Amino acid sequence: MTTTKLQSSPFVRKPLKTKTLMFWVMLCLLPGLFVQSLHFGMGTLVQVLLASTVALVSESLVMVLRKRSVFSTLSDNSALVTGILIGLALPAYAPWWITVIGASFAILVVKHLYGGLGHNIFNPAMAAYVLLLVSFPVTMTSWMPPQSLLHETLTMADGLSLIFNGYTVDGFSIKQIASIDGHTIATPLDEMKTQLTLGFTSTEIANNEVFGQFAGIGWQWINAAYLVGGIALVYLKVIRWHIPLAFLGTLLALSLLSSSINPDHSIPTLLQLFSGATMIGAFFILTDPVSAATSNKGRIIYGSLVALLVFVIRNYGGYPDAVAFAVLLSNMAVPMIDHFTKPRVYGYGEGSNNEQ
Amino acid sequence: MFNLKPKPFSGGVHPKGYKELTQQQSISRSFTPDRVYLGMQQRNGSMLSCLVSVGDEVFKGQLIAKGSNDMTVPLHSPVNGKVVDIKPYLSSHPAGIKSQTLVITCNGEKQWGEDFPPSDYQKLDHEQLVQRVLDAGVVGLGGAGFPSGIKLRLARKAKVHTLLINGGECEPYLTCDDRLMQEHAAEIIAGINIMLKAIGANKAIIAIEDNKPDAIAAINAASEDFSNFSIKVVPSLYPMGSERHLIKAATGIAIPPGQLSTAQGILVHNVATAKAIYQAVRFKRPLIERVITVSGDAIESPANITVPIGSLVSQVIAECGGLKVEAKRMIAGGPMMGQVLPSPFVPIDKSIGGLLALSEDKINHRNSQDCVRCGNCVKVCPMGLMPFQMAAHSNHDDWQGAQQFGLDSCLLCGACSYICPSSIPLVQYFQHAKSNINAQRSMMQKSNLARQLTEARQQRLAKEAAAKKAAKASKRKRPARARVSQGETNE
Repeated sequence: MTTTKLQSSPFVRKPLKTKTLMFWVMLCLLPGLFVQSLHFGMGTLVQVLLASTVALVSESLVMVLRKRSVFSTLSDNSALVTGILIGLALPAYAPWWITVIGASFAILVVKHLYGGLGHNIFNPAMAAYVLLLVSFPVTMTSWMPPQSLLHETLTMADGLSLIFNGYTVDGFSIKQIASIDGHTIATPLDEMKTQLTLGFTSTEIANNEVFGQFAGIGWQWINAAYLVGGIALVYLKVIRWHIPLAFLGTLLALSLLSSSINPDHSIPTLLQLFSGATMIGAFFILTDPVSAATSNKGRIIYGSLVALLVFVIRNYGGYPDAVAFAVLLSNMAVPMIDHFTKPRVYGYGEGSNNEQ
Repeated sequence: MFNLKPKPFSGGVHPKGYKELTQQQSISRSFTPDRVYLGMQQRNGSMLSCLVSVGDEVFKGQLIAKGSNDMTVPLHSPVNGKVVDIKPYLSSHPAGIKSQTLVITCNGEKQWGEDFPPSDYQKLDHEQLVQRVLDAGVVGLGGAGFPSGIKLRLARKAKVHTLLINGGECEPYLTCDDRLMQEHAAEIIAGINIMLKAIGANKAIIAIEDNKPDAIAAINAASEDFSNFSIKVVPSLYPMGSERHLIKAATGIAIPPGQLSTAQGILVHNVATAKAIYQAVRFKRPLIERVITVSGDAIESPANITVPIGSLVSQVIAECGGLKVEAKRMIAGGPMMGQVLPSPFVPIDKSIGGLLALSEDKINHRNSQDCVRCGNCVKVCPMGLMPFQMAAHSNHDDWQGAQQFGLDSCLLCGACSYICPSSIPLVQYFQHAKSNINAQRSMMQKSNLARQLTEARQQRLAKEAAAKKAAKASKRKRPARARVSQGETNE
């Protein structure tokens, strides 16, 4: 008959679960994943699968240690999303142990040592990325040139072999494959940064073939694909528009400002917006609810802060891309942002009608 | 994504209404229970003293119990019949608390015991009007159950200028106010006029949610002749029925925290209360029945039905065709703020406006997960609070922390729990925290009182001791004086 167990109201719920939200996030990453694999080869796919597996295994391990239900924790899909993001952030042909270190660090240290889902201060994927970047800078900055620039196409077997052995099936190392005309090709942002320090103007540098039509061969389309996925997320109300808009808006504004003041020595606006991790960052990384601010106002400040840091590091810092660093630095500011952007409690100081 | 329509207040949710289950049928009036159970304990905890004893014949409308002051409204017999028992019986309290209960069997006759000629409220002064409302035992029928007469009296003292009538009915499933407005618009309008006279206000606003077009039309037609009446159609948004939010939506005024709406010159009453007040003043008829919505997917034929106070939930449900599937959850009130009924054999009291029987798939119960700080609760909180922070603090018994995030302003409306993707029972945390804070407060008051009493006692003892000493001293002196005087006279 009727359950007489005490339960508190409300007795109806919106049929929307964390699990479902995470699932939509993964689905909306697909266009980006597809385009990225298209331009950088099957390695991306291998990295995503590897990182996801390691993330899930790590999370299961923690759950066993903490004597909690493994299945119900894994089924919230959050570890899977972290794994996928790490896989997407790594160079497509980075050796396997890089991925394993990254994914296990993200889940074991960044997420679960802080108390698990909802309690971590830092974005796990970005903290892992930064760990790898500062520990293995050479490997982590060795992005393959886009497939279209390579002399031979890499097969799936080549990809697996590169990741797990370090050599292609025919025995070439990643360095040999990646060098075209005798020198290694850097990512567009990296190239822009190096050449700017060598005294070239940004227009001169932009003539280089890696820059493609507007923001780098491959990179521009990958970013466009993440933009599409991101807009879908906003449309589906999985994420809200505040963080992406604040981030992209601020980045655009700063970039336009700097280009108008000093056009020769600043990174072109389109390159800022459509290269590196800008779009995946805006829609998939910054919007991680756990490590972002919670009120709408707070989210706008958070997004703008990340954009400011990205802009500063890209232009004046030592690293070509900056999304990971900017996100971690802003994560640290979140408690303070939350403290100062508490929404106004109903009735406090609303208009003049109360001052009677 | 970008909502261009201005919202009447920030936050709020749109739960699915299910109002179509009962919205189109007129109120059924045929229900007569074979016995009624009238608890002597009121919602606020005060006890009534019983005026009848076992074996007494009682008539419909007879005063059978009264309180010690005006805050405890009197109780009248809802039926013609006989008192058969006075015993502890279940109340609608969710913990299944028993209270002293009067059991009256019903002989099936429906006429009132006493008939009073209709009186003209214009000829009564405001204090007489309030007295009639108090005598009739009318309480707020919106849910809180506060004595309406007291509310009117306080409003007059606060010089209220506007009477706002709450026809919001934002809870899903419930349509009793909707039907009442459609079928008894004239009586509601008359009740409002009586209230206006009683509180000395001149303006009435009737606020109705836009999902009740028929009710809006009926009230419009009934209030045409009164120029001081206006009808405000407000958007359907939960919790529109909350007093503060309705005021904001209807007048644009936001009541500051800690202030009563009467301080801003606004008094809010429910439509059902308006009708009860009309009956009380015009015919001296006490509040002995009310319209409730019996609905939910487990009810055979959902309906709005007039129920004598004290009828058992089980009988009311039987009147509506009984249950067709297993009712996993039975609720008094709406699904957002209602309370679990401990058993189907509890009596209906004056403040229950709905009975819901929901099956497994409608309650959609899920185990809660960790908070991911998604911020949805912050977005929907109509009070502008941060529910997830309050819950985090409550979770660690940090009541002060929870209060800093605005726990005291929380309405317990449940919008946050409704939206939470991790299914966290936020409202339960807040209720827990609130009851702990209340317990602390009452402990503090108790210890303060004890201290005051002890201090007073010590002072009194000291005074008494001083008085005794003084008396002793004067006693000792007096004989001496007497001796001297004696000596003097002797000499």
